[in-house]
Amino acid sequence: MVDITPADGIPPAEIAEVELYHPHSWWTKYVFSQDAKVIAIQYSATATGIGLVALVLSWLMRLQLGFPGTFDFITPEAYYQFITMHGMIMVIYLLTALFLGGFGNYLIPLMVGARDMVFPYVNMLSYWVYLLAVLVLVSSFFAPGGPTGAGWTLYPPQAIMSGTPGGQDWGIILMLSSLILFIIGFTMGGLNYVVTVLQGRTRGMTMMRLPLTVWGIFTATVMALLAFPALFVACVMMLLDRVLGTSFFMPAISEMGAQLQHNGGSPILFQHLFWFFGHPEVYIVALPAFGIVSDLISTHARKNIFGYRMMVWAIVGIGALSFVVWAHHMYVSGMHPYFGFFFATTTLIIAIPTAIKVYNWVLTLWRGDIHLTIPMLFALAFIVTFVNGGLTGLFLGNVVVDVPLSDTMFVVAHFHMVMGVAPILVVFGAIYHWYPKATGRMLNETLGRFHFWVTFLGAYLIFFPMHYLGLMGIPRRYAELTDMTIMTESAHHLNSFISIMAFIVGFAQMVFLFNLIWSIRHGREAGGNPWRATTLEWQTPQTPPAHGNFGKDLPIVYRWAYDYSVPGAKEDFIPQNMPGSFGPSREPA
Amino acid sequence: MSVIIVFLLVIAGFAGWWLSHQGLMTKPWLEQGVASDLVGFDRSGLPTAKIGLGVFLAVVGCLFALFTSAYFMRMAVSDWQPLPLPRLLWLNTGVLVLSSIALQCTSVAARRGQIDTVRLGLAVAGLTALAFLIGQLMAWRQLTEDGYLLSSNPANSFFYLITGMHGLHIVGGMVGLGRTTAGAWSGARRERLRLGVELCAMYWHFLLFVWLAIFALLAGWAATFIDICRQLLT
Repeated sequence: MVDITPADGIPPAEIAEVELYHPHSWWTKYVFSQDAKVIAIQYSATATGIGLVALVLSWLMRLQLGFPGTFDFITPEAYYQFITMHGMIMVIYLLTALFLGGFGNYLIPLMVGARDMVFPYVNMLSYWVYLLAVLVLVSSFFAPGGPTGAGWTLYPPQAIMSGTPGGQDWGIILMLSSLILFIIGFTMGGLNYVVTVLQGRTRGMTMMRLPLTVWGIFTATVMALLAFPALFVACVMMLLDRVLGTSFFMPAISEMGAQLQHNGGSPILFQHLFWFFGHPEVYIVALPAFGIVSDLISTHARKNIFGYRMMVWAIVGIGALSFVVWAHHMYVSGMHPYFGFFFATTTLIIAIPTAIKVYNWVLTLWRGDIHLTIPMLFALAFIVTFVNGGLTGLFLGNVVVDVPLSDTMFVVAHFHMVMGVAPILVVFGAIYHWYPKATGRMLNETLGRFHFWVTFLGAYLIFFPMHYLGLMGIPRRYAELTDMTIMTESAHHLNSFISIMAFIVGFAQMVFLFNLIWSIRHGREAGGNPWRATTLEWQTPQTPPAHGNFGKDLPIVYRWAYDYSVPGAKEDFIPQNMPGSFGPSREPA
Repeated sequence: MSVIIVFLLVIAGFAGWWLSHQGLMTKPWLEQGVASDLVGFDRSGLPTAKIGLGVFLAVVGCLFALFTSAYFMRMAVSDWQPLPLPRLLWLNTGVLVLSSIALQCTSVAARRGQIDTVRLGLAVAGLTALAFLIGQLMAWRQLTEDGYLLSSNPANSFFYLITGMHGLHIVGGMVGLGRTTAGAWSGARRERLRLGVELCAMYWHFLLFVWLAIFALLAGWAATFIDICRQLLT
């Protein structure tokens, strides 16, 4: 054990006091608040609200797929609209906003030992622009022609033609405007998350002492800042194509026998721009989940994370690699074989850092003191689900296997497992873990276990059968396939089964929401550190943390975030801000 | 997509350089306490606002690199007909250079605490930037009058799109410049004023650089340059 504390004591944290904005009224305290914790709650609540819309949309889709022809109001056009809005909301307005805007805002300042984000005013603006983006998105449901039905990838030329719902109406315009707003709002927030990690860390909190949650959110934010501009460019150019008749993406094309004025545009260009954003987006959602799950496992297994350095390198490595794999979403666009070979190779290389992470999680569990708390259950479920989803990624990453599987239900099953279910499981685990800090009360245990088992098993019952449907060749994005020979009797039964499971899992989420609201008043008192965790957010003088987070003096950090079960220490965890050295020498021989 | 890849490589270079100073090889589980050795891995001495602006400029750079990438890809299609650039753009370039120089002088003056020079410099920078914007709008009008409409050819579309984006960023910068100028007249604290001026100067230099790059792009020199590079490589 190297104790590098200087003999003459530690000077107090010598960080210039942040100029904290002190609210004067109820409005500036709870609504137009500049406190990152309030903004985090606002982000989370808005994301959950719009996420519920997406959940209902998925039910409507399942109604149609499971029981085709039964519900008259689900026309093919409506089905496309449900699919599009479901995908877009879940990926961008729910997951991205929740992980970065919600968890990022709440956890970064607390975990790095800062009083608030470095630019609180910009941070507040970020939320309000995000809310505006969500409102514009919602407004498209009420616009003439309804929301766009172009699919969440919004591929031109179909996205802005009259055959697609919303293509020549308001739908696509509102969608693109909403995305542009979202990106502007996110950039404001993202600057805060990055610069707070760079500049807001308290004394002693080196980058290599950061909890992996912060590393995950930090790297994901850097990626998002560099990837979202690609979507921005694509949206602006498509908006010009649609509104002002330019031909960035629109080739010469005729519609209903009439020649459109577009000429020579390249739909492939849109695909490149879209996926240059779209692939990093997968990891923008996954990296915060990786980070959070590392902390959950370490805390609830009472054991230091295995291979901390390797975990950091893997996060950074995945972040860098994810920018050079985008074209694996475009294997069927007719690309040069060498091009496909290159992207297949880079895609498969990502499996290396990802596998390192999985091994390290499993090795952290090995001989740990595993407490099967609800956050731990969700973390374990995440590992399993992520591995499952990742394995089908190996299929789809290879050009020759991808081509026949492209646009089948297999793809749907793959990405729902790997970037839908897996990150959402982490979101749930993280909420069960940090809810006591945010509210001072525990979530109800019985309801929580019910929620976990139904969600975990149910998600498998939904998405596992979809792999088989996909292998049978059943395509995605079709409202009705009843008359086709591939839709055998058994495939129909499977579809109905999936739909019923989807309703049950959706119902479990209602139980979870009830738990969230009910426990604010009726939950068990949690105390300041119910999980006996080491990181700084659990060491605040008040729970929930007050404005300014840490009372009079900022904490000084003396150790890394994972001192669990240190031999010789009084308790099985040593908070990061506790001085002194413990335990026998852990120096390598 | 090669332009954006090159741009990201530069960013990755920066990130790698920074990471290499963060002690990625240390073994945090073996080191306890706060010591002077660890302070080296601490926050940067630069003002936080400058780092924030730096990160923002990386995002803006990314945006324009992507527009450039899209420009080159769309250019390869046969219907591309380059448009003649109005000569006015040369004048605009000169005005924007003046604006940047004015802000550079202002930041020197702010460092020395010469408040009158600062006020003068800020006013000159603001006016020249405004003149640049008006000049750009006049160039747009000249082109539309000559029949080079937004949707008649992709080269025109890109011209309006990219210059428009750049102009919008200048407009955004004017807000910051306006706030700093207001501070200079109402007697803001000296350090605060100096920081504000330096931030404006940084942003202006960056936008000047972006303008020079897109001017070269729109005039076709960038394509020639890339062709030469490609021939050298093959």
